[in-house]
Amino acid sequence: MAAYLVLAPAVAALLALAAPSNRWRPWLLPIGSAVHLALTAAVVRSPAAISAWDGWLALDAPGKVFLLATSTLHFLCMLYAPGYLALRPERPNRVLCACLLASLSMMTLVILSQHLGLMWVAVEATTLTTAPSIYFNHNARSLEATWKYLLLCSVGIALALLGSFFLAYSAIYAGLEPTLSFEGLLAHAPELSRPWLHAAFILLLVGYGTKMGLAPMHAWKPDAYGEAPGLVGALLAGGVTSCVFFALLRIHQIAVRGGDGPFASRAMIFFGLLSMAAAAAFMVRQRDFKRLLAYSSVEHMGILAFGAGIGGAAMYGVLLHVINNALTKGALFLSAGNIHRAYGSKLTDNVQGAMRALPLSGPLFFLGFLAGCGSPPFGTFVSEFSIITAAFRQRHFAAATLFLAALLAVFFGMGAVVTTVTMGRPSAAGVKAAFPDGLRTGAPILALIGLAFLLGVYIPPVLSDVLKEAVVALNANVARR
Amino acid sequence: MLSLTTLLELVLLLNFFILGASRLRTVVNLVAVQGMLLGAAPFWLGHGWRAAPLALGTMAVKGVLIPRLLLYAMRDMTIGHEVRPAGGFIASLLLGAAGAAFALWFGGTLPLRENEFSQLIVPASLATTFAGFLMMMTRARTISQSLGYLVLENGVYIFSLLLVEAVPALVETGVLLDLIVAVFVMGIIIQNINRQLDPVALQHLSALKD
Repeated sequence: MAAYLVLAPAVAALLALAAPSNRWRPWLLPIGSAVHLALTAAVVRSPAAISAWDGWLALDAPGKVFLLATSTLHFLCMLYAPGYLALRPERPNRVLCACLLASLSMMTLVILSQHLGLMWVAVEATTLTTAPSIYFNHNARSLEATWKYLLLCSVGIALALLGSFFLAYSAIYAGLEPTLSFEGLLAHAPELSRPWLHAAFILLLVGYGTKMGLAPMHAWKPDAYGEAPGLVGALLAGGVTSCVFFALLRIHQIAVRGGDGPFASRAMIFFGLLSMAAAAAFMVRQRDFKRLLAYSSVEHMGILAFGAGIGGAAMYGVLLHVINNALTKGALFLSAGNIHRAYGSKLTDNVQGAMRALPLSGPLFFLGFLAGCGSPPFGTFVSEFSIITAAFRQRHFAAATLFLAALLAVFFGMGAVVTTVTMGRPSAAGVKAAFPDGLRTGAPILALIGLAFLLGVYIPPVLSDVLKEAVVALNANVARR
Repeated sequence: MLSLTTLLELVLLLNFFILGASRLRTVVNLVAVQGMLLGAAPFWLGHGWRAAPLALGTMAVKGVLIPRLLLYAMRDMTIGHEVRPAGGFIASLLLGAAGAAFALWFGGTLPLRENEFSQLIVPASLATTFAGFLMMMTRARTISQSLGYLVLENGVYIFSLLLVEAVPALVETGVLLDLIVAVFVMGIIIQNINRQLDPVALQHLSALKD
């Protein structure tokens, strides 16, 4: 079953490459993604252990949360894709379709990998499979964005590889059987050579942190998210970066278990807060609303890193936030894409009054903003609140206060831009009649916002069980045995 | 007979020549020489001919294939072939020296097993990684950035020499996949850039900013 989760979207990607018709090819996207979602639903509910390839792939309890978030977001984005690509008949979509499906396969591989080397290969592959989709518009700006994305993420990936090598050497130096399986590393973590483990954690934090887009390694994010089509931005911000966060979480657990906990957790809290503060600073007077969303993504990766650094009871909030972030980023990027297309611009100078001009996408963008800033009644409120409560309970008073201050600053910074875009009278240049709001590009956003709302008021028992099980597993990993 | 330590000293020295070279073609050639030297390194680890596939593969990729690809990409360029690092060569070299000094110090804090082939592996790895990073950060042109990435990866590869014996699969798949794929894709992009952008924009990919 685990292998099918990786292979099904890969096969769909090959079919997309082979499909001859530019018009019908996009329909492979929702089909391929639906198969993945169905498999995900089956494995998440199954109580049996799920593994393949001699244990190199396995779905553990935290993995279920990440898989659920990724698969749901991907499916809703793929529902949006045919409607979007029908509006862009002039662009060949063969490469885009194949890459969208291949990146789902690789994200799944990151989640399922139980081996440091395999996971690294998968993370590298997510970079390579997403890069061509950023270049979908084939103009100079998207080319520059793709170049920066590839370059910076490749540097991050190279440092992460060096960090993985260090981790392997920490086992060799300690005279252990060289293992890079997470289970083996966790079990032997206390015996690993401490200086090597310490250096490995730093390199992996910087390496995967770059790929996640934590400040100050986030420079690729505004460019890539600003120039990529909305649905690609949604997948990067809600899917790929979350999967890399999962990779970082695993490394963090090994470091904590290995006795490097105080440093590792402080580093995560520091980078988390720095990302949130940097995001808030860059949001002020931001003129480009897609770049604004990129900074929102920097902020939310910061929230995840912060929560993981706090640990303990905060892990519930962190895992819930992974799902909430996927849903809200999906809604924000897809509605921003609709607004961008309708106005022919993504600058606040030209885009005003989207609520009136686009009766579906405008309000949804605004609701997405509220959800993204953790306002009740959306799910992000619950997840952010439980992270803050845990931080205060564990006596991280200064950090928790800074966390609250950063959230507030982001709310005002982002709010100013979003109100300019959505409120008021539609700008004189107006909306192009060619791209009116439609159900095909609106319904998936409605579903995303609906789910984000649902998780704020009611968490279904199935999900609640998965979350609890995952928190128990994560906290057992780092507990002294 | 050359020892592994001498070879690594040569690699370190090459870092400075690479940072200081003013013509793009010279940089490509120097990086190729560095790749060749590093490709030969597994022969010193005492595996005899068992090291041959990794060594020859690395030499072919780092020493021949990628440099040729870069030279090919450069042939289509209409702009000058001089390197102009931000802050000038002196600053580049000084920063490179500072990085090497830091690497020697930091490498010294990490304990090595007694029977390792050379105590210089960790400092050389860190210093080379840093030199590559420096090139990528201070040079605006895409070819120079790709060359910086190659040097950076050479640094990662040097460290992997410590692991060839214990986890050969990790070393082989990791480095080769990373190297081949990253640079191939980059090569394609460079070509696209050549086709799409005018020479002025090619100098600085810098339209996107806040």
